[in-house]
Amino acid sequence: MPRDTIVLLGVNHKTTPLVIREKLAISGGYDQSLDLLSQLDGIKECYLLSTCNRVEVLFTCREPIACSNRVLEMLFADAVTGKDLKEYVYHYQDEDAVDHLFMVAASLDSMIVGEAQILGQLKEAYRYAADHKSSGFVLNKLLHKAFSTAKRVRTETGIGASAVSISYAAVELAKKIFGDLHDKKVLLIGAGEMAELAAENLVGQGVADVVVANRTLQRAVTLARCFNGHAVALEEVFGQLEQVDIVISSTGATEVILNKEDVRTVMRERRNKPLFFIDIAVPRDLDAGINELENVYLYDIDDLNNVVEMNKSERDKEAVKAERIVAEEKLKFTKWLENLVTTPTIIELRRMVDEVVMGEYQKTVNRIEGLTDGDKRSMEKMASAIAKKLMHHPLQYLKSDHHCVSKTERITVVRGLFNLDNNEFLK
Amino acid sequence: MSFLLFQISCIIYLLSAATYLFFFLSEKKKVRKVARWLFFIGAVLHTLNILFRYLEAGHTPITSHHETISFFAWATAWSYLSFRWRYTVKNLGTFVSTLVVVLMLIAAFSSRQIIPLAPVYQSWWLPVHASVSLVAYAFLALSFIGSIMYLLQEREIKQKRFGLFYSRLPSLEALDKLNHHCLSVGFTLLTLGLVTGVLWAKQAWGAYWHWDPKETWSLVTWFLYAGVMHQRFTVGWRGRRIAFVSIIAFVSAIFTFWGVSFLLKGVHTYAS
Repeated sequence: MPRDTIVLLGVNHKTTPLVIREKLAISGGYDQSLDLLSQLDGIKECYLLSTCNRVEVLFTCREPIACSNRVLEMLFADAVTGKDLKEYVYHYQDEDAVDHLFMVAASLDSMIVGEAQILGQLKEAYRYAADHKSSGFVLNKLLHKAFSTAKRVRTETGIGASAVSISYAAVELAKKIFGDLHDKKVLLIGAGEMAELAAENLVGQGVADVVVANRTLQRAVTLARCFNGHAVALEEVFGQLEQVDIVISSTGATEVILNKEDVRTVMRERRNKPLFFIDIAVPRDLDAGINELENVYLYDIDDLNNVVEMNKSERDKEAVKAERIVAEEKLKFTKWLENLVTTPTIIELRRMVDEVVMGEYQKTVNRIEGLTDGDKRSMEKMASAIAKKLMHHPLQYLKSDHHCVSKTERITVVRGLFNLDNNEFLK
Repeated sequence: MSFLLFQISCIIYLLSAATYLFFFLSEKKKVRKVARWLFFIGAVLHTLNILFRYLEAGHTPITSHHETISFFAWATAWSYLSFRWRYTVKNLGTFVSTLVVVLMLIAAFSSRQIIPLAPVYQSWWLPVHASVSLVAYAFLALSFIGSIMYLLQEREIKQKRFGLFYSRLPSLEALDKLNHHCLSVGFTLLTLGLVTGVLWAKQAWGAYWHWDPKETWSLVTWFLYAGVMHQRFTVGWRGRRIAFVSIIAFVSAIFTFWGVSFLLKGVHTYAS
């Protein structure tokens, strides 16, 4: 009885340019996509992750190739051509899939190695999968293992200590453009988590004022209060551009919200005071042409990556240690996965033994009269203890690594010995 | 004596520039400290050199080519130091010390002979006009350096390709401020130099303006810088554009300073 294959398909910031990634991002929310996925033929369990740096699908099935094609078709066929898919989507199975998932969870595959956001995103994605009951026995175990691996990496290596998120890189750049940030103003367009983090970093660097613009004003007000700033409506953004120095945009808008000509007009009003745009939204909020204007600098997520690359080497040393942990955990999980093949046999064997024990015990107890409850209990205990002792070695034989005898062979032997395949006790 | 001082200060400047360069590449703070001290000592010795030369020559030593270039180098060194006192601009020292060394070497290779002053130059206008103009040039040279640094840094930030300069050069705003500061001081002094020149011309030759090549080119340079200042204050030009024009204007200033003297003959040719 072969077990299901674990398949992981996806794109990330390493393999795929932002232009493609923003098309692939799951826009309809997890609910819809998960429903569609689990209805696909042959998919047993599935889980879906979509962040600004990656889109990944994890599923188990019997026929990996046919199912992968079906999944790709369903999720991405509308967005990009088949050629692009072939070029950009990576495809991992079993051990490689586990390895990749652990690397992602431990933030070793992140754009900024060691940043903590990814684990939260992973957990949220898992919550959706669990709510939809689209993840089952194998994926539940796998994802929990991924979380605990991430935790181990975080506590046992220094990778999180110097960990920085995208926003940290943005602060570095802001300092290269403005030098001193103490008299600078920041405008957040969109009040998402990323924007919050970026603003927090900037405030930590002494930024004078924070203005928050958001579609729902309530959220903007709440966020602005955290930074002693003030909130404005989304329509007021244009007026604000004349006064602020750094703009962080992270709205969920599908269209560009500021184009080159808008900013050109603003620059005249600003008398060419430099303006730094950070676009952390996927799909992008800001027209890429903005960067061509004088005294205006525009960085999107991919660009920020370059800034990060530069102070990466220190973290890379810790990353080696972290990768070792991931490898260890992967080994543990694949063992568990392999044992999965023997699990049904073990369960059947235990059940059979239990039934034999209970049957014989009942017979004996019924024949002897005058037994107290205590006596009965002792007898039952004794019977199951004998059975357990006898079963210990056969079970060990199944579970442990036997170098000379393959797992399937061992399973056949045990099943034959105990006649599990046509046993009258098991219905 | 003055020559010995000149040689020593020249060598110390050279050491300082080499140390600065080493700091630029290695980014070790201790190295920078050494470079700074060397540069300061070089500048002090250079000052003594000029004082001794004054005593030996009996007139302000800004007449021969050697003296003028040496004075230019000295003014650049001290205007940089005056600037450094107030705020630091990362790695500006590397560029300034290199420029100073280049100027010192040019001075070292030109004739050091002390030439008796022609009667027409014997006036207290000489130290005033010549030194004010040269200090103006020094500040404009700093603005030129700042502009180059700005363009290098801006290029890397704009193109998002981070190479040698990104981490080593200061922020764009610091460079723009440096540029602004040096341009303001330099332009004011340049104007002052022009005015004193005009007044001296009236006294020495009887007319304010001769359309002598040097005068003409000074005027061109002055207009270029006036244009930069005007655009900055009215339209709010900054950054790249200011840096570009400031580089062009400085090339014009250098031509006024050198080119005119060697290529076009006039009353300003160095005494020889």
